[in-house]
Amino acid sequence: MQKFTVHKGLVAPMDRANVDTDAIIPKQFLKSIRRIGFGQNLFDAWRYLDEGQPGQDCSNRPINRDFVLNQSRYKGASILIARKNFGCGSSREHAPWALGEYGFRAIIAPSYGDIFFNNSLKNGLLPITLDETKVDRLFSEAAPFPGYALEINLEAQVVIKPDGDSYHFDVEPFSKYCLLNGFDDIGLTLRHAATIRAFEEKRKIEQPWLFT
Amino acid sequence: MIQQTLYDKLWASHAVRAEDDGTTLLYIDRHLVHEVTSPQAYEGLKVAGRRVWRKDSVVATADHNTPTDHWEEGIKDPISRLQVETLDANIKEYGAKVFFPFLDKRQGIVHVIGPENGFTLPGMTVVCGDSHTSTHGAFGCLAYGVGTSEVEHVLATQTLLAKKMQNMLVLVEGDIPRGVTGKDIALAVVRRIGTAGGTGCAVEFAGSAIRALSMEGRMTLCNMAIEAGARAGMVAVDDVTIDYLKGRPDAPIGATWDRAVAHWRTLQSDPGSKFDRVVQIDARELKPHVTWGTSPEMVVTIDDRVPDPDKEKDPVRREGMERALVYMGLEPNTAIRDIRIDKVFIGSCTNSRIEDLRAAAGVVRGRRKAANVKLVLVVPGSGQVKLQAEKEGLDRIFKDAGFEWREPGCSMCLGMNADRLEPGERCASTSNRNFEGRQGTGGRTHLVSPAMAAAAGVAGYFVDVRELR
Repeated sequence: MQKFTVHKGLVAPMDRANVDTDAIIPKQFLKSIRRIGFGQNLFDAWRYLDEGQPGQDCSNRPINRDFVLNQSRYKGASILIARKNFGCGSSREHAPWALGEYGFRAIIAPSYGDIFFNNSLKNGLLPITLDETKVDRLFSEAAPFPGYALEINLEAQVVIKPDGDSYHFDVEPFSKYCLLNGFDDIGLTLRHAATIRAFEEKRKIEQPWLFT
Repeated sequence: MIQQTLYDKLWASHAVRAEDDGTTLLYIDRHLVHEVTSPQAYEGLKVAGRRVWRKDSVVATADHNTPTDHWEEGIKDPISRLQVETLDANIKEYGAKVFFPFLDKRQGIVHVIGPENGFTLPGMTVVCGDSHTSTHGAFGCLAYGVGTSEVEHVLATQTLLAKKMQNMLVLVEGDIPRGVTGKDIALAVVRRIGTAGGTGCAVEFAGSAIRALSMEGRMTLCNMAIEAGARAGMVAVDDVTIDYLKGRPDAPIGATWDRAVAHWRTLQSDPGSKFDRVVQIDARELKPHVTWGTSPEMVVTIDDRVPDPDKEKDPVRREGMERALVYMGLEPNTAIRDIRIDKVFIGSCTNSRIEDLRAAAGVVRGRRKAANVKLVLVVPGSGQVKLQAEKEGLDRIFKDAGFEWREPGCSMCLGMNADRLEPGERCASTSNRNFEGRQGTGGRTHLVSPAMAAAAGVAGYFVDVRELR
């Protein structure tokens, strides 16, 4: 997993609530058996005017000029500010894969779909939760200033604004540890293989019908 | 002794070890695998040179990409075919307890085949790379959807890293009126608490109305817990659970059955156990529900009208409503009964079980598809559901009405196969999500129960099943 320590980047706004994972990456792209190639289809149905197909060359597709990420001022954005319940819906990890490949390293929203939140953490994409008032303020501060950027310091758990003001955010210590170090959690878990094995042996005796 | 909820008990009995911050290694008993969210996980195992920890925990099938007609012609879309063949190859290499590949007579939607074969048993932790894994909570299981990294983690370690969720109780008391189903209860819950209402929670559904539901109804309800934001939904074990399981192919037998049942009966929340949140619903006041927008919380009853955004004070919500109305091609204040439909989909992990098909057939018997309805797809949840329905003659009822009787799979719930809505088409669907583009780019979905979907197919617009004779 890609490490996350300190990141400073251009902010793009996604000003709608309940953005679901079907919108983040539509189902036709889930047919891929690879982990890469989803960035060009992020928000496909909103971003382009035609219907996207997997494996297609997107460079000549008609662009929806009204879609926020297509505005030139947001080119190269790496921090997405969003409304409540971002990433609700399906469990597809293709959603954080697509966001990451597009160039996003962090999202700031009042709340997330639980599965999306987890999936993001496993992919070095930092989902930051701030209360609605603060997110609202970020939306209104970012709007009039092309080039509006934020700095995120995971170690210190702060989002630093251009005016120097900062917002503290919470993150689970274990997730933070994995993100800061870019750890693959399977490797960490397998250090406890003997404990898992012992638990399993006990379970086999207590509930043998689970092991047929 | 501290009173424990059902979720507390399931959590405690699967906790292998915990970090200081409460991050816990949770032991996983059953791992359901399908073709869409597993290829990258198996590839990860391969790259790291890891093996599958416990093959006999894995139950696999192909369901999302499989066609629902002309099986003899195979899977025509080469990208879909490759994904299904990749699952075949991965299961061959890494093993599974059982695998029902494309064309197998027991193939079907992963959340249908688990319970019907007894692969889902009370007290289990059940995971799958699919958000509708919450379905299995109907059996007193802790069941939830995970992403592909977690699929790989479970394959490699038989555990998941998890933090304990909050306990939410949804208490539904009273007799359920005729024409109201588990689907309507689910939609009523989403309407009440919203699509983020259950975020961070494990929800237990309880009360006399829940106890009165069949296992099929409970599965429909738990299936849609995720639409209320809750990863896991669950129902305590009772006689209905145990009667359903008895004699299932993989259920224990003999003395082991008796021992298992004695344990399963303990899978209840203790009297007086504490929930972080309680939501109460009066079943007697429930009516058939119909969604009007692009989120499951955008839902009203058959007696209602499409809401008017001008009456919504919250600007973010109002904008969401306005956008949804444009997408859905609807005017505010339109009576739900005046909405004409183009297609009907009866199927999905929410509503494709035998009871669902019986309910739909009960409405259709002796009637015909309306002239303005282009297509009614009836897609059984599994090969076994299909066989049972055909034994009961339900397929004839559907075909006589001009409905299409198809092969099992996920089908037009998400349209990864060829079953899709065309742009602008309006569909009465028994599935679980009315998101933009969910059933096909530009398609418009209205979520309803099987009987309501069948009735709409016959009338050509939404009608109240309670008024049908």
